[in-house]
Amino acid sequence: MLEIKNLHATVDGKAILKGIDLTVNAGEIHAIMGPNGSGKSTLSYVLTGREGYTVTEGEVLFKGKNLLDMDPEERAGEGVFLAFQYPVEIPGVPNTTFLKEALNSVRRYRGEGELDAMQFVKLVREKTKMLHMSDDMLKRAVNVGFSGGEKKRNEALQMAVLEPSLAVLDETDSGLDIDALKTVADSVNLLRRPENALVLITHYQRLLDYIVPDHVHVLAGGRIQASGGKELAHELEARGYAEFSAGAAA
Amino acid sequence: MSDAPFTDHYGVLRDALPGHDLPWLSRLRASALESFSVSGLPTQRRESWKYTSLRPLEKVGFGVTGAPRACISIDRAPSLLPAASEHHRLVFVDGHHRADLSTLGNLPEGAELTTLREVLTNEPDWLEAHLGAVSGDPGGDWEQPLLALNTAMMMNGFVLRLAEGTVLHDPIEVVHLGGAGDRPLAYHPRNLVVLAPRSQVTLIEHYTHLGEQPYYANIGTEVSLAEGAVLHHYKLQADALDAFHTATVHAEVGPDALYDAFGMTTGARLSRNEIAVRLAGEGANCHLNGAYLVRGRQHCDNTTRIDHLVPNTACSEIFKGVVDDQARAVFQGKITVHRDAQHSKGHQLSKVLLLSDKAEIDAKPELEIYADDVVCSHGATAGDLDHDALFYLRSRGIPEPEARALLIEAFLAESVHNIAAQGICPALMSSIGHWLAGRPKEI
Repeated sequence: MLEIKNLHATVDGKAILKGIDLTVNAGEIHAIMGPNGSGKSTLSYVLTGREGYTVTEGEVLFKGKNLLDMDPEERAGEGVFLAFQYPVEIPGVPNTTFLKEALNSVRRYRGEGELDAMQFVKLVREKTKMLHMSDDMLKRAVNVGFSGGEKKRNEALQMAVLEPSLAVLDETDSGLDIDALKTVADSVNLLRRPENALVLITHYQRLLDYIVPDHVHVLAGGRIQASGGKELAHELEARGYAEFSAGAAA
Repeated sequence: MSDAPFTDHYGVLRDALPGHDLPWLSRLRASALESFSVSGLPTQRRESWKYTSLRPLEKVGFGVTGAPRACISIDRAPSLLPAASEHHRLVFVDGHHRADLSTLGNLPEGAELTTLREVLTNEPDWLEAHLGAVSGDPGGDWEQPLLALNTAMMMNGFVLRLAEGTVLHDPIEVVHLGGAGDRPLAYHPRNLVVLAPRSQVTLIEHYTHLGEQPYYANIGTEVSLAEGAVLHHYKLQADALDAFHTATVHAEVGPDALYDAFGMTTGARLSRNEIAVRLAGEGANCHLNGAYLVRGRQHCDNTTRIDHLVPNTACSEIFKGVVDDQARAVFQGKITVHRDAQHSKGHQLSKVLLLSDKAEIDAKPELEIYADDVVCSHGATAGDLDHDALFYLRSRGIPEPEARALLIEAFLAESVHNIAAQGICPALMSSIGHWLAGRPKEI
């Protein structure tokens, strides 16, 4: 589904990603772990097309298409979704308006018919029910005044509505207490499909207790330093990132 | 005779002007004309006109007409209110009253909505007492050339009067349609709103256009609110993009009275809203809010002046604008708290989105405080759309133009939704929507 080949990227002229190779297949969950400043968030922004992140070398194929040539909205249409570490507050835009606009944009892109107001309400009610969310969050402006947990659950709701084939979860555990973390993890697990894939970007192992990865990669110094199964996460938890950081510096 | 623009119109119009047989009115017009002849149109040398030049206005060569053009036929004038809603309306085409398009039927007792011309005919003494009572002498201390021009040439306008305790639940709508003439026309509507104690009404003014001709509307409005009166005064200026629109509003707010104004500007090549509010009775309150969306080479000026004259008065003022292309906006907001006006509150905010490198805002907030126990604040911001929000929306599949439109709409929606008369919100939001879609609203 996703093939990242020798990806190099800079931010403000500074090299952050220095040759990433990663293949993610349908149905798989990959965790990318690493110390702060290792390039984890940069990778998520490069994948979703944020301004200010310049790819200097390498390529990214998504379902065989060159992802890097696409605008952010086209990537979303193709089925890429980023759950933000810090979801943006947008005063004045009701959450429902946002969700409906997003869903219909993606449906237009995919050549599916747009949903009318009634159909949309029905769909979004199903999704909130599935995720045990209250409809109250729909009426409020996007993320405005939401608690940390609510913001992350709102990301899960967007994911549920847009049904991406690849979701990248950037530090979804940051700022959450253990109960909120479990709730969000439950939501993400509910959205898993055999034909979809997940990439979890995280600093800590604890999220991986709730969303269990098939593959764990250690990102340090802009490169993947090691890959393994879920046991690698436990090793990292016990031993820290020091040896990988040292390896990256060498 | 002076060579100030428009002064030649007076000779043409003289006999068509209403009330030309009333000595007091002829004297008033003559003195206003003289004052205007000396001053001419305000130039940028004048401090309050520093950012707005009326030179483009002089180049058009406007004419006048003493009578409405009969051949304009429309079934129904556009409305900002839902079709089914009960309301009272007065329609003007190129400044002339069109009784056939107006509906004034069922105003409750104690409420009167009529034309300036009619009041001149039936109650000249009342008019003599009220005309200029709030605005003052246009040639006086605070020189007002445009109001002087209006006073000299005023042909018609609306007069809204409420008796003590009269509360109108249905809004009143005044529609001005411009551009219907066969050549560029200038006209000078003069309006009066006089509310007796504890009366309440919602007044909606809608300026839009019919034909293709450029036009110049130079409006003068006086508002007098007695103790406990409430006026919700909303205005949408969606004039033609080659039209000129200057409006001067003077409001005097009595004890515990509220002047609640909101103006939205999308139209006109050049527009200026000049609003002066005198908070003259204890407990007087005003909300002076506005929104504007301009592009191309449009120029939009909102200049306000609020005077706190007595203790315990309050004002809040929020203007939000969106400026694209090479358009230019001006916001000048002056709040003066006079020495006696202790315990007054004033709050002012100007927020602007500049959507292009060549878009411009000149914001000049001014607080002058002569009392020592007051709470006042002001702020002004100008900037581009929030890049993080834009990326967030796009990352969810919303294409960039739609994402930008959503954010601009949200920026202005807050102002619109704060309007007390919720009935006109859909029409205002749809005007914003049409502007964002890059086309004027169909009428």
